[in-house]
Amino acid sequence: MNILSMKPKTFSLRYQPGFTIIALACFFMLYAPIVTLVIYSFNAGKYISIWEGFSLQWYVSAWNNEIVQDATIRSLVLALQASLYSTVLATMAALGTTRIRPFRGLTAIYAMINQPLMVPEIVTAVALLILFAMIKVATGVQGLFYLVAAHTAFCIPFAYLPIRARLEGMDLTLETAAADLYATPWMTFRRVTLPLMWPGIIAGAMLAFVISLDDIVITEFVKSAGQETLPTYMLGQLRRIITPEINAISTVLLAISLLVVSFFFVVSHKRD
Amino acid sequence: MQDNVNDAPANAHAPGVDIIAQNVVKIFGEGAGQVRALDDVSVTIHENEFFTLLGPSGCGKTTLLRLIAGFDHPTSGTIRLEGQDISHLPPYKRPVNTVFQNYALFPHMTVAQNIGFGLEMLGRSNSDVADVVDKMLALVRMGELRDRRTDQISGGQQQRVALARALAPRPKVLLLDEPLSALDYKLRKDMQIELKRLQHETGITFIFVTHDQEEALTMSDRIAVMSRGQILQIGSPRQIYDHPAERFVADFIGDTNFLIADVTSSAGGKARLLLSSGREVNADLPEGMTPSGRVTAVVRPEHATLVTPGEGELDGMLENVVYLGTDTHYHLKLSDNAPFVVRSQNQRNEDEVFAVGETVGIALESDSLQVLRD
Repeated sequence: MNILSMKPKTFSLRYQPGFTIIALACFFMLYAPIVTLVIYSFNAGKYISIWEGFSLQWYVSAWNNEIVQDATIRSLVLALQASLYSTVLATMAALGTTRIRPFRGLTAIYAMINQPLMVPEIVTAVALLILFAMIKVATGVQGLFYLVAAHTAFCIPFAYLPIRARLEGMDLTLETAAADLYATPWMTFRRVTLPLMWPGIIAGAMLAFVISLDDIVITEFVKSAGQETLPTYMLGQLRRIITPEINAISTVLLAISLLVVSFFFVVSHKRD
Repeated sequence: MQDNVNDAPANAHAPGVDIIAQNVVKIFGEGAGQVRALDDVSVTIHENEFFTLLGPSGCGKTTLLRLIAGFDHPTSGTIRLEGQDISHLPPYKRPVNTVFQNYALFPHMTVAQNIGFGLEMLGRSNSDVADVVDKMLALVRMGELRDRRTDQISGGQQQRVALARALAPRPKVLLLDEPLSALDYKLRKDMQIELKRLQHETGITFIFVTHDQEEALTMSDRIAVMSRGQILQIGSPRQIYDHPAERFVADFIGDTNFLIADVTSSAGGKARLLLSSGREVNADLPEGMTPSGRVTAVVRPEHATLVTPGEGELDGMLENVVYLGTDTHYHLKLSDNAPFVVRSQNQRNEDEVFAVGETVGIALESDSLQVLRD
């Protein structure tokens, strides 16, 4: 078929010179590193850049590594708690900022809720390190609590944004209609508002989970000795000889993220 | 055509009084930016009545509806339902249901779940709810679509579901907020008849809000014409159309000719008017009005006919003739330069008798003039 005959006369980005090349280059930049990482996770040799044949040995090694096991469990517990708490708080904040008459200062409140997106993370990390040190000295209380609190705080905006978007897109007369049909405010929330905002809540929770699982800067500053998470463990490994075990762990993390995202798509498409 | 409906006494079925609004004022906003949406509104709506709030957008009709539903509360004044003051009850404690302009069907529920929602919230048993839902689906002829989601049905069907949902809990009063405005012409005509049928079959008081005067005249037992937060006139469609008391009412409903005239005598609800042409005619007066001096009177275009000059009550110059199939509209200019329209029903094989530019006489039917209050 003659390509030229298909060319439309009006402007179309697709037919601009170099469009295909630029697009391909972008995709290559995005995915080449990840593909390389995944491929070398199956390397039989012990270097991350010299291919010596296919093997699952680094997955086995990571699986059996007690430090990795410990860090994985801590990461998951932390991410689950942080995403749960931040989603609950973000849901309340989203309801509070969309179900009221707009007033002067509402924008300021948006900014305050989204503060973790704007303040450099390293600043928050240092601030938390200092504050938590003071609290630890004063009370003597140790534990995962500090990490959970820190993660919950910076996960809030990530959970808040999709929930608020969902609420803003919701027809307010639906809640009025529920009240008109004898639903008390609580029943209106349970039977109408909450079911309709579920996709937003799930999206927010999953985003928060992934963000928490991935965090390194704040975690590195806040964690006590022996409180390694997967990212801080991996960072620690960089100071020694790196083996494809790191690739294997990264590949598993990647798989988990993909699963979470696909799960969300399935859920949200069923709901809509 | 609608005479049998419109002439029925408003409270023929039951003597009870359903809704009384008394000196209701609703102010939105504060300070300089405040808006008086309702300005001292008092109205009594009878049981089992099809009552229409008619007016242009911003006249306060929807605000009054929202106060009756409980979505807003009056700044002052009271709203009573069967004697009980409900002004400050929340909507979920009022035996009043609403059909919303955009229907507001719950998108995460099926047609049947939508219809059953109110009953479920009232704590009825599952079998009770299922029973009523079946009856309602039959009433609005939607049986086959019970398990559809609300976004899988057409606008007209959504309208029926919204009606069924609001009727299912058997409210004392059903509020309808311009529910037909989103439908196309044909469907709107069908739904007008459907609504009348539902009101008749259920015996529930309907309060209907619209800006469409034709819709109001067709469907209502009584109409309240509203403007700028006030009720200007309440009456049957016939009273409103034939005896408008205010300029706004006369102008808003139907086509009207305004005549300036001098009162020569007035008594017993009737007046003798001296027209600009120098001839005298009889006119009806608004209730309780005994004017003297200069007044404005109205006459509908269909109550005037063209005659040879000098034989009618008025004379005018024919400026334009508009043929409309069933009718012809003659646009005239009176001797005092006021415009005047005469509507005449067309006959077949009729010859054009009057030519543009000609001076013609206008004969007014006896008792066709109505004096306005302003």
